[in-house]
Amino acid sequence: METTIHTTDHMKSEQRRSRWAKFKKDLWLYILLFPGLVYFIIFKYLPMWGVVIAFQDYSPFLGVFGSKWVGFEHFRNFFNNPDFFRLLRNTLILAVYDLVFFFPAPIIAALMLNEIRVGIFKRIVQTAIYVPHFISMVIVASMTYVFLTTNGGVINELVYMITGQKINFLGDPAWFRPLIIMQIMWKETGWGTIIFLAALSSVDVEQYEAAIVDGATRWQRLWYITLPAISSTIVILLILRLGNFLDTGFEQIFLMTNSLNRSVADVFDTYVYFVGITQGAFSYSTAVGLFKSVVGIILIYGSNYFAKKLGHEGII
Amino acid sequence: MNISSKYDSFGERVFDVFNYLFLTLFALITVMPFVYIIAGSFATEVELIERKFFLFPRDPSFNAYKYIFSSDTIFRSILNSVYITVVGTMTNLAFTLTMAYSLSRKDLMGRNFFMNLIIFSMLFSGGMIPGYLVVKGLGLLNSYAAVILPGAISAFNLIIIKNFFQNLPAGLEEAARIDGCSDFGVFWRIVLPLSKPIIATFGLFYAVGHWNNFFSALLYLNDNKKWPLQVMLREIVILSQFAAGDMSAMDPEFVEPPDQAVKMAVIVVGTVPILCVYPFLQKHFAKGVLLGSIKG
Repeated sequence: METTIHTTDHMKSEQRRSRWAKFKKDLWLYILLFPGLVYFIIFKYLPMWGVVIAFQDYSPFLGVFGSKWVGFEHFRNFFNNPDFFRLLRNTLILAVYDLVFFFPAPIIAALMLNEIRVGIFKRIVQTAIYVPHFISMVIVASMTYVFLTTNGGVINELVYMITGQKINFLGDPAWFRPLIIMQIMWKETGWGTIIFLAALSSVDVEQYEAAIVDGATRWQRLWYITLPAISSTIVILLILRLGNFLDTGFEQIFLMTNSLNRSVADVFDTYVYFVGITQGAFSYSTAVGLFKSVVGIILIYGSNYFAKKLGHEGII
Repeated sequence: MNISSKYDSFGERVFDVFNYLFLTLFALITVMPFVYIIAGSFATEVELIERKFFLFPRDPSFNAYKYIFSSDTIFRSILNSVYITVVGTMTNLAFTLTMAYSLSRKDLMGRNFFMNLIIFSMLFSGGMIPGYLVVKGLGLLNSYAAVILPGAISAFNLIIIKNFFQNLPAGLEEAARIDGCSDFGVFWRIVLPLSKPIIATFGLFYAVGHWNNFFSALLYLNDNKKWPLQVMLREIVILSQFAAGDMSAMDPEFVEPPDQAVKMAVIVVGTVPILCVYPFLQKHFAKGVLLGSIKG
C-alpha cells in the first residue's frame, strides 16, 4: 500500500504549525507530564545507558567518557570464574524450589477457602493470612533469627527438649534453602490467594446448582467447574513467574546470608552487591547484572510467546 | 458458595473437617509468631529460661522497652523512617498523579511514545550498579533524596492510575472546560477530588513500601544517624552489632532486660505501625490488586 504523497514545503510548515498549536493547546498537560518524564529519563534510562561501563574498565575518576574500553573481557572473566556456576546453580535451585513449593500454595489455599461455607470463618482466616504480606522482609528475617538462634531461640529450645540436640538452622548450608522457601510461603501464600478468590467469585452459582442436580460430587464440581474457572489466571501467573525466574528477591537472600552459608546463599543479585558496592568492582559487577537483565528479558518474551502459542492471552 | 450440603457423602464431610482444621492451623501459624514476639518482649530473663513457649507473660515487665528508649538510637531511626515515609509518599503521589493524568488524555501528542518508554522500563533495567552510579553522580549519596527519588514512580501503579483516570466520566471534564477551566484546573478541581479513594489506596501502597524499605537505605545511607528503622533492626537483631539502648543512662536498680526480649521489643516497634494501618490496608489493597488485573 504505497501511496506517494507529495508534500510541498508549504504543507510541511503547515504541519509543523499545527503541531506547535497542539503543543500550545496542551501546554498544561506537558507541564504535568514533565516531572515524571524527567524521572524516567534520569533514574531509568540513564542507568540503562550506564551499562556501557560493563564494556569498560570504569574508573570513577575518569568517568564513562574517559575510561578504557575492554569489550567483552568482564563477561569472559565472569563465565570463566567458578563463581559463575555456583551462582547459576544457587539461583536455579532456589527458583525451582520456589516454583514447586511456593507457586501451588496460594492456589491450594484459595481452593480450600472456596469450599468454606461459613462466611465469618472464611473472613477471619483471610484477615489473618493477609497480614504477613505487609510486614517487611527485615522483620521476617529478624523473627526467623530470634526464633531459630541456638542461643535461646524458642524453636531450637523445643527441638532440644524433643531430640536433646540443637540444630544450627541459621548457619547450616543445608537449611538455607528450606528456610528461604518457608519464609516466602509464610509471608505470601495468603496474599496470593486474593487473585484466585476473585476469579472464583465470578463463577456463576447456577453452574454449581445445575451440576448438583445432575448428581455431580464435590470432587467433580471442583474438577469440572472450579479449576477451569481459574486455569487462565494460573497460566498468566505462571508466565509472570517464568519471566522473573531468576529474580530471587535480593533483600531476603541478603538478610539470610552469613559467612557460614555463603556457598549456597550467593545468587546473582547479592553477588552484584558484594562485588560491586562492597568491593568496588563496578564494571565487572555491571557485566554480571547486565547478563542477568538480558536473560530476564529473553525469559519474559519467551514465556509470553509460548503462552500466546498455547492460545492464552499474553502479558505484553 | 451457599449450596445446600445435604447431598454430601461421608468422604466429603471428612474433607470438610480436614479443610476447617487445616485453614485454622494456617491462620494460627500466621498469627502465632507475632503473638509470641509481643509476649516475649514483655518477658523477664527467668521466664524466658523457665518457660520455653508462652503466649502470655506471667509477670509482664516493661524493662525491654525502657531499655530500647533509653538512648536515642531507636527513637531517631523511627523519626527517620517517619520522615522518609511522609516525604516519600508525597513525592510519589505528586510525580505519579501528574504524569498519569497527562497520559490519560488520549489526544496527547506523543502519548504512545511516552507509554512505550514506561513499559520498556518495566522490562529492562540498567541494574544495581549503574543506578548507584547515577545517584552518586547526582551527589545524592547519604541523603534522604537518594532513598526517595529513585523510586518516585512505580510504573505499575502509574499505569493503573492512568487507566482509572481514563475511565472517569468525560462529561464532567468537558463541562469544566466549557466553563473556562484550564487542563490543570480540570486535574486539580475535578479529577483529583473524584479520585480520592484511589489516591488513598496508592498512597498506602507507597507508604508501606517506604516504611518497609531496607535496600535503598542500605545502598545509599552510610551515616548511621540517618538510618531508618529497618536498617537499625538488622543491625540490632540479626547482626547484634548495635546496642539498642544505653545501660549507663538507667537507674542503678534497673535490671538489664534479656537480650532476646530486647530484640523482640525492637521487632514489635517495627511491626506495630503496619498492624495499626492493617485494617485500612486490607480494605484498599485487595481493591488495588484487582484493579491491577484489569487490562486497559
